[in-house]
Amino acid sequence: MDVATIVQVLESTLRLATPLLFACLAGLISERAGVFDIGLEGKMLMAAFMSAAIAYVSGNVWVGLTAAVFASVVLSLVHGVASITFRGNQLISGVAINFLAAGITVVVAQNWFRQGGRTPSLSGNARMQRIDLPFVDVVRDVPVLGPIYTILSGHALLVYLAFLCVPLTWYVLFRTRFGLRLRAVGENPAAVDTAGVSVVRLRYGAVAICGVLCGLAGAYLATGLSAGFVKDMTAGRGFIALAAMIFAKWRPWHAMGAVLLFGLLEAVANRFQNIEILGVGVPVQAMQALPYILTVVILAGFVGKAIPPRAGGSPYVKEH
Amino acid sequence: MTGFKPFALTASVLALTAGLAQADSPALMFDMGGKFDKSFNEAAYNGAERWRESTGGSYREIEISAEAQRVQFARRLAEAGSNPIVVMGFANESTLVEVAPDYPDTTFVLIDAVVDLPNVRSVIFAEQEGSYLVGMLAAMATETGTVSFVGGMEIPLITAFACGYAQGVKAVNPDIDVIVNYTGSTPAAWNDPVRGGEIANAQFSQGSDIVFAAAGGTGLGVLQAAEDAGLKSIGVDSNQNHLHPGSVLTSMLKLVDQAVYDAFTEGPDMETGVVVMDLAAGGVGYAVDEFNEHLITAEMMEAVEEARAAIIAGELTVHDYRTDSTCPAF
Repeated sequence: MDVATIVQVLESTLRLATPLLFACLAGLISERAGVFDIGLEGKMLMAAFMSAAIAYVSGNVWVGLTAAVFASVVLSLVHGVASITFRGNQLISGVAINFLAAGITVVVAQNWFRQGGRTPSLSGNARMQRIDLPFVDVVRDVPVLGPIYTILSGHALLVYLAFLCVPLTWYVLFRTRFGLRLRAVGENPAAVDTAGVSVVRLRYGAVAICGVLCGLAGAYLATGLSAGFVKDMTAGRGFIALAAMIFAKWRPWHAMGAVLLFGLLEAVANRFQNIEILGVGVPVQAMQALPYILTVVILAGFVGKAIPPRAGGSPYVKEH
Repeated sequence: MTGFKPFALTASVLALTAGLAQADSPALMFDMGGKFDKSFNEAAYNGAERWRESTGGSYREIEISAEAQRVQFARRLAEAGSNPIVVMGFANESTLVEVAPDYPDTTFVLIDAVVDLPNVRSVIFAEQEGSYLVGMLAAMATETGTVSFVGGMEIPLITAFACGYAQGVKAVNPDIDVIVNYTGSTPAAWNDPVRGGEIANAQFSQGSDIVFAAAGGTGLGVLQAAEDAGLKSIGVDSNQNHLHPGSVLTSMLKLVDQAVYDAFTEGPDMETGVVVMDLAAGGVGYAVDEFNEHLITAEMMEAVEEARAAIIAGELTVHDYRTDSTCPAF
């Protein structure tokens, strides 16, 4: 394996990990506040559609991005109303959002653009441009440092934003008053309520942040990685992100590690479809299934224990 | 609740029957992937629409959205008196094996697979022959000496595309490398342009400068990646040359619309049995239009037309992967 191959695989890893990272942090914040969210997939899909549709109509990717975040937050609030205000089952609400998004995106796209549930292809300013870091051409040939810098350069702005979100999420969750309360709401909402802080407001806040992050994930998929929306284009990435979140045991830095690992697995599976390890051929399907297998292993308690926030999944009922 | 169920079912059957046209009109059942997939099913829809416009007749159509609906919907169409019934997709082979014997007076047409029953016409396409021709074009257009292929699911049908393509490439120059990759092993592989684009990028980094995509919606990501990298691509099923003018070298055509049009035109009394839509029958081919004519030189055209004539005359045989699950080119 030469340097060029490694650079290519790692660049691909960063690109593939970005939507997973946004979605993973989205789920992490929501679940830390005690609201399970398996609707990440649906929100990403809706955001992907909105970003592509609005970017196409306006010719500006950033307008599309704003629309994507807005649409995703609206879906998040629907989840919030169902599971926080009306104390419905959070899993069922999440499933409903996935179905809703899968159906409505195609129907609206077909009615709007008449291209069979797709949006037209984006070009120029309607797509997210890749940014070259300064001096990349000068540094390229420096040993060790050069390839690393090349890997980091040439991505869309959202890639850098995604990785900046990791320390930001860590800081907000573990170093601010809001973060402390948010985590407390996920562990013991009654205590937070007793302290005179609104459980409902905190949970809505977490769900809204989750919506914003899912919106960024979807927008990156449709306008950064590809050039337009195609039916069901998230292809299970919302669930992979959930798996990464559990794999990371609901911790931001570990989440970054998990999505990089899953991104690497996908990039390697794309690059080498059949790998020989010690003379045994590993089929590509095994590589593609590995994220799920790893998650099951973690959940089964072989590698430490993944314990979700204690109040996760249960709506808060105030005692009278 | 259980008492309500039969009622609901009856109501939905009634609603379906009421919504349909009069008996004895033809019907079309789309496969998963849907009517507007820009490729296989949409071609069938276009063929049916062409028949409607030219004859003024009406037809019934139904889209399935789950595996379990295949048999159910095929039965409903037959019960409602539609004849002939065109059923799209290789996955419906087992559907017709189950349904067709129960309606001996109805003629069924299966596209992309073979069912040996007296009232079934099986239409199969010689994808390997069309792929062979675009493979030759790719081999003559490549500057790096490496070309590639991105398939959707790894199934014999798609491998037949890859195999024909590789044979065409090797026929021009046996030293050209052909990289063959597939997107996945679940139906999601047909709608993942992101992974399609990444696979294409991985192939480009291995030296490929022309990529042939036979992967449904995933292919759109492949074509986009080629355009972004300043390289060339080959479209599939329908003519996709216009998607990225100047970057799409050509498209491998599969004239599903013609098969549907023919079936509708011939009506219930059509000849059943196996119909092979190959080069000779005009069922497959490659697309040249105003978007790509400047990419294909006179010599390339001449060589491909020569091969095409040889295949039609039977002097040149392109191996079909589906016959013995092996491919001489890889």
